[in-house]
Amino acid sequence: MSDKTATLPGTREHAGFVKTNLREYGMLLSLFAIMLFFELVTDGTLLRPLNLTNLVLQNSYIVIMALGMLLVIVTGHIDLSVGSVAGFIGAIAAVLMVRYGVHFIPATIACLALGALIGAAQGYWVAYFKIPSFIVTLAGMLVFKGLALAVLQGQSVGPFSPTFQKLSSGFIPELFPGAGTLYPTSLLIGAALALGLVYISVKTRARRASHGVEVEPTSFFALKNAILVGVVIYFTYLIASHRGLPNVLVIMVALIALYGFVTTRTTIGRQIYAVGGNEKAAKLSGIKTERLTFLTFVNMGVLAALAGLVFAARLNTATPKAGLGFELDVIAACFIGGASAYGGVGRVAGAVIGALIMGVMNNGMSILGIGIDYQQVIKGLVLLGAVCLDVYNQRR
Amino acid sequence: MSTLLEMRGISKAFAGVKALEDINFTVRQGEIHAVVGENGAGKSTLVKVLSGVYPHGSYDGSIVYDGRERHFRDINDSEALGIIIIHQELALIPLLSIAENIFIANPPSRFGMIDRDAVYKRSQQLLAKVGLNEAPDTLVTNIGVGKQQLVEIAKALSKEVRLLILDEPTASLNESDSAALLDLLVEFRSQGMSAILISHKLNEVARVADRITVLRDGRTVDTMDCQASTIEEDRIIRKMVDRDLEHRFPKREPTIGEPVFKVENWSVYHPLHAGRQVIKNVDFQVRRGEIVGIAGLMGAGRTEFAMSLFGRSWGRRITGRALLHGREVDLSTVSRAIDAGLAYVTEDRKQLGLLLADDVRKNITLANLGSVSSGHVIDDIKEMRVASDYRNRMRIRCSDVYQASGNLSGGNQQKVVLSKWLFTDPEILILDEPTRGIDIGAKYEIYCIINELADAGKAVIMISSEMPELLGICDRICVMNEGAFVGEFDRSEATQEKIMRVIVRKGERLVDRDLQRSSAEELSGGALR
Repeated sequence: MSDKTATLPGTREHAGFVKTNLREYGMLLSLFAIMLFFELVTDGTLLRPLNLTNLVLQNSYIVIMALGMLLVIVTGHIDLSVGSVAGFIGAIAAVLMVRYGVHFIPATIACLALGALIGAAQGYWVAYFKIPSFIVTLAGMLVFKGLALAVLQGQSVGPFSPTFQKLSSGFIPELFPGAGTLYPTSLLIGAALALGLVYISVKTRARRASHGVEVEPTSFFALKNAILVGVVIYFTYLIASHRGLPNVLVIMVALIALYGFVTTRTTIGRQIYAVGGNEKAAKLSGIKTERLTFLTFVNMGVLAALAGLVFAARLNTATPKAGLGFELDVIAACFIGGASAYGGVGRVAGAVIGALIMGVMNNGMSILGIGIDYQQVIKGLVLLGAVCLDVYNQRR
Repeated sequence: MSTLLEMRGISKAFAGVKALEDINFTVRQGEIHAVVGENGAGKSTLVKVLSGVYPHGSYDGSIVYDGRERHFRDINDSEALGIIIIHQELALIPLLSIAENIFIANPPSRFGMIDRDAVYKRSQQLLAKVGLNEAPDTLVTNIGVGKQQLVEIAKALSKEVRLLILDEPTASLNESDSAALLDLLVEFRSQGMSAILISHKLNEVARVADRITVLRDGRTVDTMDCQASTIEEDRIIRKMVDRDLEHRFPKREPTIGEPVFKVENWSVYHPLHAGRQVIKNVDFQVRRGEIVGIAGLMGAGRTEFAMSLFGRSWGRRITGRALLHGREVDLSTVSRAIDAGLAYVTEDRKQLGLLLADDVRKNITLANLGSVSSGHVIDDIKEMRVASDYRNRMRIRCSDVYQASGNLSGGNQQKVVLSKWLFTDPEILILDEPTRGIDIGAKYEIYCIINELADAGKAVIMISSEMPELLGICDRICVMNEGAFVGEFDRSEATQEKIMRVIVRKGERLVDRDLQRSSAEELSGGALR
């Protein structure tokens, strides 16, 4: 082992290290830059506790779907139907709970199962019949948009029971109710999360270093973790000073952690990337490429259903227009986050950051009073710009 | 006869590897000049230099055509002077009509619109000229390969062709189509056209060629005049393959054990052309510690045979028995084949072997992720150790195991693919063109690895188009041709001439199989004496 350690460029220049990893952190830096920009031009409105909480609530369903979309895009496919599916599931949920008075737990389970079924129905054609996913999901988009209309009979259905509404507009219960304006439970959770992240990264680094794997310079590592802790605590502080952590944020963070783990550390995650990187080579290596593709679509269906429930709970009503155009925001989030349209490349963190960039821009521009017309123009240009920059970086 | 084309001192190198070296080649007016040579002898490169696919300046030497030195920048320059190539793979568009295909590049037009009547009429004339009795508006996909080849020639004739270059024109044709095509060439010659005919089939070459040039390892070995002397096939074969074999292969004392893997009555049909039997009920076996070579020309069915064995990755309607240690095994999916102890190292490492964007480590563990993970969670330290271990053992030259495999040289990429399969701990290792496109030094290292594997008791099946390599490495060489094994040689008796003879004799497609067998026996007997 010792001779190998010597060949490893462990003592690489700090500047060189930053340069090679700039692409990794480039997305995060642009998110901060965009946030800083809007914070300044909106005179501090962006990061006000109320607005920040709203920002989370408004974008939660995009982030949730982006996690599934990332996997679909990594396998080299696309899913255009997610917006319609989310809308359709919202409609089903409303009909079940409001019209038929089904309890929200069985109704939620039924909706998630239906989402899986929809994903399976689409994934089947894509994976086993080799019909281009663009076509299958374009068909799905029309079908489920139409079905949502039919189920709702063209009307809005609501309101939901208060317990179901808590899914997206509720906040975690406060354990110390007498503690004043700040919500200590939320703050504690934030602090625990920050410490947990630092603990994991310190441990991983130590483990890797002890086995002679290249690790980043100590000063860089310390700085990175300091920033991480600072950011997490600051944001929980801001959110806690409104009404505490929203339930949906907890769901979102848990899902991000789960998908981050699955994509980077598990065999199935590795195999999904292999399918997208070179399907034939993956197949010749014994990977069941069809089944994996199928499963990514099933997964997408479940997450689209969850997003549909969150969105319906937030609006407190299911409308035939729910979910309209969500697929575009979700797909844009993945591509802004560095996923490759050719498959095989993309990270969960990237997709989440991409979704947040879109969310912050939506929110910031709305505060500034920019019309929906120019908002779309600007978002379109940001998408193109982000992808161009990525392609340019790769060519270098 | 005046000289139409003269290529003087042509040399061309790819990344330091010499593909052509000081080639001198002439074509006279109204002559059919055949070019023969092994796979990789430089025939295609020569044609690409001539036609401007490799533009002037990317090679050394000069091309004199029609009395003047020419500097072709691209294929349009050479076509403008009447140099037309018909490639081995037909370049027709299946869902367009014959007429549309003929005039695809520059259709006759009036006022900027395609003149359909003129297209139709001129197509008819051209089809009559090549003797193809089909309506010009028939879709190309609806006619057979033989007729498609004639459409290609009609397409060539639609341009002012003076020098027609045919690259293996009869490779996919049956006997009568081949004969018709060759007759057509002879007829064109009588009208003063010149032609370069690239072919493996010596009987065809001997039938129509005026002169034959033999290429070997990028050099012109000989040019023979067919009128002046009778052509001896043996002489051509010797010239095609003769070269120094010493010091290019590591020595090995084989210790061969019991038969490990047996294939009986294996038959495979083409995945698209339902009626085409690509592997014709073959039997095959390999023993412990043995390296068996499979020789043959491109398209003989070697890769198809290997891939159909490996999890039915190629072909349809696969039948036959595969036996491992005398017991029948299920090889119906890739993962089952891997579990049974098979590994297949593909000939096309970029398309079928590697995740080019991913690093060396991920590529090495891909086929056996279970061994570096517990409960579906990958142990990254263990994975790194496995990868580093293979990196050291195989001497993969990379900055670390986190380097993208796409940035490695061909030889190192091949070692990564080999590592991937060795990590699955196979008993039977199928290597398909394991040294294709890699430099001599890396080749030697790969040979050493193969020897070590055989010494470790693995059964190695090696498919290669490089005959010296087969002779230098293998304990036994099977020759495949047109989906069947047509000859088998022990290491002690195998020579390049014998193998090449079996291959080119088979190219004659004798109707009477017994006659053929007896002639093959005669030949091998003769060579033994």
